[in-house]
Order: sequence, then C-alpha cells, then structure tokens
Amino acid sequence: MLAKRIIPCLDVKDGRVVKGVNFVNLRDAGDPVELAATYDKEGADELVFLDISASVEGRATMIEVVKQTAGEITIPFTVGGGISHVDDMKRLLRAGADKIGINTAAVKNPSLVQEGSRKFGSQCIVVAIDAKFNAEWGEWEVYTHGGRQTTGIKALEWAREVERLGAGEILLTSMDADGTKDGFDLKLTQAVSDSLGIPVIASGGAGRVEHFSDVFQQAHADAALAATIFHYKEMTIREVKDDLRRKGVEVR
Amino acid sequence: MIAIIDYGMGNLHSVSKAVERLGYEAVLTSDPQTILEADGAILPGVGAFGDAMDNLRQTKLDDVVKFYAASGKPLLGICLGMQLLFSESEEHGANDGLNLLPGKVIRFKGDFKVPHMGWNKLSFLQEQSPLFNGLTEGHVYFVHSFHAKPEQSSDLLATTDYNQQVTAIVGRSNVYGMQFHPEKSGELGMQLLGKFLELAKSKQPQ
Repeated sequence: MLAKRIIPCLDVKDGRVVKGVNFVNLRDAGDPVELAATYDKEGADELVFLDISASVEGRATMIEVVKQTAGEITIPFTVGGGISHVDDMKRLLRAGADKIGINTAAVKNPSLVQEGSRKFGSQCIVVAIDAKFNAEWGEWEVYTHGGRQTTGIKALEWAREVERLGAGEILLTSMDADGTKDGFDLKLTQAVSDSLGIPVIASGGAGRVEHFSDVFQQAHADAALAATIFHYKEMTIREVKDDLRRKGVEVR
Repeated sequence: MIAIIDYGMGNLHSVSKAVERLGYEAVLTSDPQTILEADGAILPGVGAFGDAMDNLRQTKLDDVVKFYAASGKPLLGICLGMQLLFSESEEHGANDGLNLLPGKVIRFKGDFKVPHMGWNKLSFLQEQSPLFNGLTEGHVYFVHSFHAKPEQSSDLLATTDYNQQVTAIVGRSNVYGMQFHPEKSGELGMQLLGKFLELAKSKQPQ
C-alpha cells in the first residue's frame, strides 16, 4: 500500500525563499537549497517549489536553484509557477526537477497538459487547481493568476478534464480554507479525490496536526501540502507523521 | 570510478549526484572503454522500454552492458534500467531486453491507480543479500506502469505490495536491479545504493 505523503511548499522569488521561514539552525533562511535539504532530513516525502519571480532573470535563477537542489536532496520535487511551454518543462526536468506543476497556463491552453504528458510521461505533470466555492452554483469554481481571476469553470469538471488530458496528479488548493488554519477543505478534497483515478494533493488550511489525518481518512487525499505551519515550526513533519501512524495511516 | 551509462534516456543528474554524495567518483558516459574500465556501472532510465532498447542497440551499448555483466563487476539497473535487464517486455508490443535475467516485464492490470507512484514499503525476501546487510525494511519511491516478473524466484531479492506482489529488487551474482529510484528514496534509498557501491570496492579517499 502506498504511504500518504507530506509535502512542504516553498515560495521562491528570484532564487530566494519568501514568506517568513523560521528555521533556527539555518545558516541562511532564504536559501531554498538549504531549506529543501532540511525538509528532506526531517522526513518530508516530497517538496514543491513555487516560483513567483516575475522577471526573466528570476526564472533563469530558478533553473540554478533546481540544479543545486537536485544535487542535495534525496526525495522527489516539483517545480511550478509561470510555466507555459513544453520547453520550460524540459529545461526544468533536465535541471533535475521530477515533476512540473502548471496552473493558469493549463486553463489558458489545455493542450499543454497533453503535450507535456506525452513528451515526459504523466507522472511528471501535476496540474494545480485553485478552487473556491461558488454559492450560486452550489459547487467549486476554478480561479487562475494566483487566485485573482475567475474562470467560470467548474473545478470538478476541470479536474476530470485534465486527468483525461494526461495529468499525473492534481494539486488542489482550497482558496476558502487557505490561510485559515481551520483544516483542509474536506468537502472539496473528497469531491475531487473520489471522482478521479489520479492522486490528489490537498492544500490550504492546515493548522493543527489532526488536520492531516482528517484529510487522509475522511477526504481520501493521497498527499497533503502545507507551507506556513512547517516554515514557522508550528509543527514538524515528524509530529504530523507520528500522529498519522497512531491513527493507522500508512506513512513513511 | 562508477560509470553511469548515458544512452539518452532521462535525467541522470540525480543518480550521479547521489553516487558522489556517497563518496564515489561518478562519470556520466556513453563511451564503451570508460564503461568497461569502471569499478561499477549503473544503467538508469526513464521512458519507454522499446525506445530505450533502440537507443542501446544503435549505440552498441547493449553489447557493452552484456560484456560488462559478464566481466563479473557489479552492474545496477534502476527503474527502466532494471526492466531492461530482463528477457522481454510487453510495453507497446513485444520487445526483447538485454536478457541478463530471465523473465518478462508486464503492465499492471486491475482496478487501481497506474502508474504505481509514491512511497511503498520493501519486504526483503533474501536477507543474506549483500544489499541488505544491516538495513531495515522501509519505504522507497516508485514510479512505474510496468513491472518485472522474474522466472526464477532466487533472482527476486525484495518486493513491495501494490494490489499484488511487485518486484522491487532483483539480483543474480553481480547483476542487480531496483525498480524504485534509490536516489529519490530518502535515507533507505541512499543506504541501498551505498551497499551496491560497496560491491564496486572503489571508494575514493575522502
């Protein structure tokens, strides 16, 4: 049986980690490579780098970060943010990334999912979906551009569509839960997870240790992603895994 | 020196870095001479079985790998590289493999998610294998849609459970294979890779 995965996410801008990171033993808390290696040692099962650089130079720097990280860590990692072409994917995979995350670009150009999975294999292509409950529809809507733009697309339909196009995994962020620390969005996660044949990574809302067992046991997520709580040491990956083990959830 | 055989299939950077971190010199190479002189050789690979065999044949590296295996020096196939060690695969029609280990590579069939992707637990079947010396069973990272069925149970060193018993580590004298990615499998992955490298007895002074 596959273990449930715990995935810290690092926001990287121009080669530096942004959003406060509160690791005490780091020589340089802004160095994504050192932080990645620390999470690897702490038992993270995978890492996600989200590149929020706005400039061409910033993106070039990310390639360097990916290269160095690949040489330092012993777990798989995904790189996402601003990737809109298979050539971008190729450069990042060549530099040592294991998976590529696409979000807005996939909505704008769904064939990118197909092209990427044909060229590099489904297992490399993670489609990130930012979803928010639309009360009028009674279901969730897809947002793009870092959650700033509505699309009129239903999240469940979009998830099924990208699976059909060859996505290997869905990184599902609940915009309603994100930042609340009240727990993952169990309804959204279960709705998407139960209607797909590919793994779903739940994201947004983790605030306490038990939120992780909730999203695995009640909402059937395959993996759970968090940023702030790990960066600020509000809890460690080990604490999360100990709790999961006690509750009978298989973890590494 | 450890030769990491470069035949145009997939990213070899991570494997090479992992070998270096374990204290060995790693050379990414497609040069037959360099490979044959190496103390240990690794055949990595991500992608399709048929394409990989085509690439190996076109560059005559298929014969080099077979010759290397016959030399008695340790050879390790990783992921697709492990599958290539077998006699044949049914991926996209029947394809012949390197035939260093008798057996077939077949597709996962059943009502479960394919590829088999993520962390799964190893069961060591042959505790006496030098690869397992002092190690404890644990999770390693798999990504694959096809799996190998060795003909001889003595070649099967470790398995994992994914709706069935799945071949995870194979070995026959100096020829080894790992279906998972030891270079992406945390501490246990590095330990297993380290045990293989010890067989090459080429540790460089630190």
